[in-house]
Amino acid sequence: YQRRVRAPHKRTRVIASQDEDLEKHIVTPGDVITQNLDFMKSHGTMLGNDNISSTVAGAIHKVDKLVSVRSVSSRYRGEVGDIVVGRVTEVQQKKWKVDCGSRLDCQLQLSSVYLPGNVLRRKNLNDELMMREYFAEGDLICAEVSEVGNLDGMLKIHMRTHEKYGKLPEGVLIKVPSVLIKRSKLHFHRLPCNATVILGSNGFVWVGPHFVPDQPIEVVSMTLRETIARLVNVIKALVAYGVQLFDTIILTGYDISLKYKVKELLKSEVMEHIAQESYEHSQHQTL
Amino acid sequence: VSSGINAEYGRPQEMRKLKCELGISEGADGSALVEQGYTKVLVSVFGPHECANRNTRNHERAIISCSYNLASFGSAIRKKKMNTDKKSTEVGVMIQNTFEAAVMLEKFPKSQIDIYVQVLQGDGGERCVAINATTLALINAGIPMKDYVCACAATVYQDSVLLDINNLEESSRGPLFMLAVMPRTDSIVQLQLDHRLHNDHLDKVVKETIQGCRDIQVLLDRQVKEWTVEAAAAYEIKPRV
Repeated sequence: YQRRVRAPHKRTRVIASQDEDLEKHIVTPGDVITQNLDFMKSHGTMLGNDNISSTVAGAIHKVDKLVSVRSVSSRYRGEVGDIVVGRVTEVQQKKWKVDCGSRLDCQLQLSSVYLPGNVLRRKNLNDELMMREYFAEGDLICAEVSEVGNLDGMLKIHMRTHEKYGKLPEGVLIKVPSVLIKRSKLHFHRLPCNATVILGSNGFVWVGPHFVPDQPIEVVSMTLRETIARLVNVIKALVAYGVQLFDTIILTGYDISLKYKVKELLKSEVMEHIAQESYEHSQHQTL
Repeated sequence: VSSGINAEYGRPQEMRKLKCELGISEGADGSALVEQGYTKVLVSVFGPHECANRNTRNHERAIISCSYNLASFGSAIRKKKMNTDKKSTEVGVMIQNTFEAAVMLEKFPKSQIDIYVQVLQGDGGERCVAINATTLALINAGIPMKDYVCACAATVYQDSVLLDINNLEESSRGPLFMLAVMPRTDSIVQLQLDHRLHNDHLDKVVKETIQGCRDIQVLLDRQVKEWTVEAAAAYEIKPRV
C-alpha cells in the first residue's frame, strides 16, 4: 500500500531570459511612481501627496505623458469584438444576464439573438415569454462583445452569426487567467482530432465535440471523451506554467501528450514537460 | 513579542516572525496566508463581481462583504459551536470598515468584493494578522488600494510597550491596543482598545505601534514584489518607461 501525495508544483517561468530591469519598474500599492505631476494618470495610478503613486501591483507603463500601471492580476475587462464564453445567471424581462468572469455580469439582449432555425426577426411578446426555452439559467453560451459601458464597464454581448455563437452543448469548461488568451482572429477552433476548442477572450475555454448550434449532437463516443479529457489536461498544464494559449500550441501539446495516459497528465513533472516542450516548439516555429 | 520573551528580558518591541505567501488558494481571485509567530490566517478574496443582492447594491461604488471565521481546530480548546457567533460577526464588520477606507471602491459601481477570513491557528493578534493577510489577498486579486493596510497590536507591561503579543501575553489583564495603519502616510484606518490604557502611556503606545506597522509593511512588500516580478515575467507584462 503506497500513499500517493502530490507535492504542490511551483510555477516556474518558461521564458529563458529574464529582463534584469524588470525589478526596477515593478511597483506595489502606495509606491511613488513619479514626483512630476504633469503626467496624465491612467489605470492603476492615483494622486498621492505631491506625487503620482500606484494602486496595484504591476509594471509601470509610460507613453508620452500618460502613465499607468499594468496590473499583474485583474479580472477580464472586455473590448468590443472579443469572443466570450459565459454562463447564464438570470433571465430578465428582455435580456439575459451572463457571467463571463468580468467585474459585472454581461447583458445579452433578446433582440440580438438568432432564434432556432437561423431566424433573425423582431421579437414579439410570445418570444419574450419563451426566453427560458432558448437560454435558461446555467446554460453555457458563446457570444461576441458589442458594447462596453462607459460608466461601469458592463459588457453587452450579441450573437452575430448562427454558425458559431449560441448555446454550447455538452463539453468541458476551464477557467483560465484572461491574460493568457492570445488575441487572434480566430477563437473558435475545430481541431483535427474531432474536438472543438473555443478560447474565450475572457479566459473561459470550452472543449467539446464538433457541433452546429441548435442541432442535436449524437452521443459522444468513448474515444472522443478521452480526446476531450486529454485536451483539457494539456490546457491545464500550459496554464500552470504561464504559457499563452492559441490553437497551434494546444495541438503541439496534444501531440506531445500522446505518449502519456490521460490521467498521467495531471502529474506535475508531466505538466512541466508538456509546457516546456510546447513553449520551445512554438518559439522555434516563429523564428 | 517573539516567543514569549517579555519586557523583563529587554526585548519588548521585537515582533514575532512573519511569513507570508500569496496566491495560495487557486480558486479565488486573490488569496494570502500570513503567519505571525504561531498565529496563521488564510484570506481569500473574490471580486469585484456582480452584486447579487438588489438591496445592498450601491450605484456609485462597490460594497465589501467580509466573513471572519475561527476554525474549530484553531484555538487551544476545540470550538464546538459551528455557527458564526457575535464576536466573529463583529470582527468581520471591523475588517470591512477598515478596507472601505483603503480600497478604491468608486472604480467598481454596482459590484461586490467578498473577503473570507479563516483563522487556522490562533495564538494572539488574530485581528491584526487577518488585516495583514487581507491586504495581501486584495493585492493578489489586483484590486486597487491607496496603500497597504498593516495592523499591529500592543500592550503595556511595567511601563514598557510590548508589540505583537501572543495569546499568553494577551491573557494578562493589561490593555490590548490595536492599530491598522496605511504606512506611507501614517494614516490610522482602525483603532481598537480592549481593557484600560492609562493616558500617560498613550503617546508612546501609538508611536511604537505605528512603527510596528511600518516594519510589517516592509516585510509584506518584499514578498509582494517577489510575487509581482515572477508573475510579470510569466505573463509577459513588460514595463515601458
